[in-house]
Amino acid sequence: MNPFDYEQATDVAHAVGAVTRNPGAVFLAGGTNLVDHLKLGVSDPELLVDVSRLPLDEVRELPDGVRVGAAVRNSDLAAHPLIRRRFPVLAQALLAGASGQLRNLATTGGNLMQRTRCPYFQDVTTPCNKRRPGAGCSAIGGHHRDAAILGTSQHCVATHPSDMAVAMAALDGVVRVQGDGGERGIPVAEFHRLPGDEPQRDTVLRHGELITAVDLPGTASRSVYRKVRERASYAFALVSVAAVVEVEDGVVREARIALGGVAHKPWRATQAEDALRGAVVGEQVFRDAAEAELAAAAPLAGNAFKVPMARNTLVAALRQLTGGQR
Amino acid sequence: MEITWTVDGELFVLAVEPRVTVLDALREYLGVNSVKKGCDHGQCGACTALVDGRRVLTCLSLAVQCDGAEITTAAGLGERPVARAFVEHDGFQCGYCTPGQVCSAVGMLDEAARGWPSHVTEDVAADVDGLSDDEIRERMSGNLCRCGAYVNIVAAIREVAERASRAGEGAR
Repeated sequence: MNPFDYEQATDVAHAVGAVTRNPGAVFLAGGTNLVDHLKLGVSDPELLVDVSRLPLDEVRELPDGVRVGAAVRNSDLAAHPLIRRRFPVLAQALLAGASGQLRNLATTGGNLMQRTRCPYFQDVTTPCNKRRPGAGCSAIGGHHRDAAILGTSQHCVATHPSDMAVAMAALDGVVRVQGDGGERGIPVAEFHRLPGDEPQRDTVLRHGELITAVDLPGTASRSVYRKVRERASYAFALVSVAAVVEVEDGVVREARIALGGVAHKPWRATQAEDALRGAVVGEQVFRDAAEAELAAAAPLAGNAFKVPMARNTLVAALRQLTGGQR
Repeated sequence: MEITWTVDGELFVLAVEPRVTVLDALREYLGVNSVKKGCDHGQCGACTALVDGRRVLTCLSLAVQCDGAEITTAAGLGERPVARAFVEHDGFQCGYCTPGQVCSAVGMLDEAARGWPSHVTEDVAADVDGLSDDEIRERMSGNLCRCGAYVNIVAAIREVAERASRAGEGAR
């Protein structure tokens, strides 16, 4: 690990200023991804600005929704009564991620900012466009079982590893960020980018902008998170589904769906949502909706299994939410 | 930078560079070898300790972030029911993962006592009441044991959890 300077932020403005002024500065929160990258050589900052002790660790009710502070630990968020009652999909997604010890460190903002677990990104001895633009992508012709099937480019097939963000995308969450020019809100579903020809940019954030909170509108009591992985616990998703539906008299009134493990970002399944809205609940409708979403899938040789897996996981989630068998 | 820690009841003042992890500060600077370095990348749980009462991975925590912390390692839990149950149930073979397992078990029993749900909890909105074997396995899944002592680890934790629920708090 190379040496770096460390500064504890006294308030949000101080943190934003310190990072904005220094191109070699990064924010540090729980550290569960960044500290690993320091060891691996994936990240080599001059300065860490510690935002973990800023007073952004509250979960509080808004007139129509809930505001989650950026420094709220994943474990505390999953255990919070407001989240468990109003947004079960989010509690489930958090509890499906990492381990108890990691969730006790990891924060809301840090979880959104975590980077891909593509093995080539994490191995500095291999070419990777995300780590070094122009170097090439090792995954396309190499090991890509975990790689993306939607929204990929010739430059990058990495996935975003978060469970939490997938649930927040389905919940129409809004990320609140503070920059040196003021504050703005970014929908979670638009917060992360597709790789295109700039895979080094994970998000739409500008250097120095700090996540202060995530706002979750309304309530989503009929919601679920399903995760498929290589082992029963403590593993990243091969595919995952966050689904929120409203059903009235056997008809789907509203459907909000996001897929994890399939793209460079939490993948909002708008095609499936359109197919479901106004349809009579039923197995064939669910299958058709899933097929509509996955029509655009472009898997590689080693991860073609993700297409039927994503379809089946989405159908199972919809079945579960509409009273069918699990 | 100078930081102050209480480790297993003992006060320490130490000077560390920002790049030193809690794990390395404990082992290399303070000679506290009850925390183990397994993978050093947050993938095995061997370095688990209680920092300000929470179970965390010390390999991914920077020491400078934890100034003023109260740290409990397995060495500080030797007289606790969890540690004794590990011995009675033969909950280890080589012993390398055991300190992390013991710290993790103490932390997770506290979490369960607060009603925290887990990935296998049927209804996340309801408070957890008692720990099934599936609940214990899920909550301990961040601690890997390459000897495969899991069956006896589950039995040890189950006994402590059952005794605690019969006696109320404090049995841990």
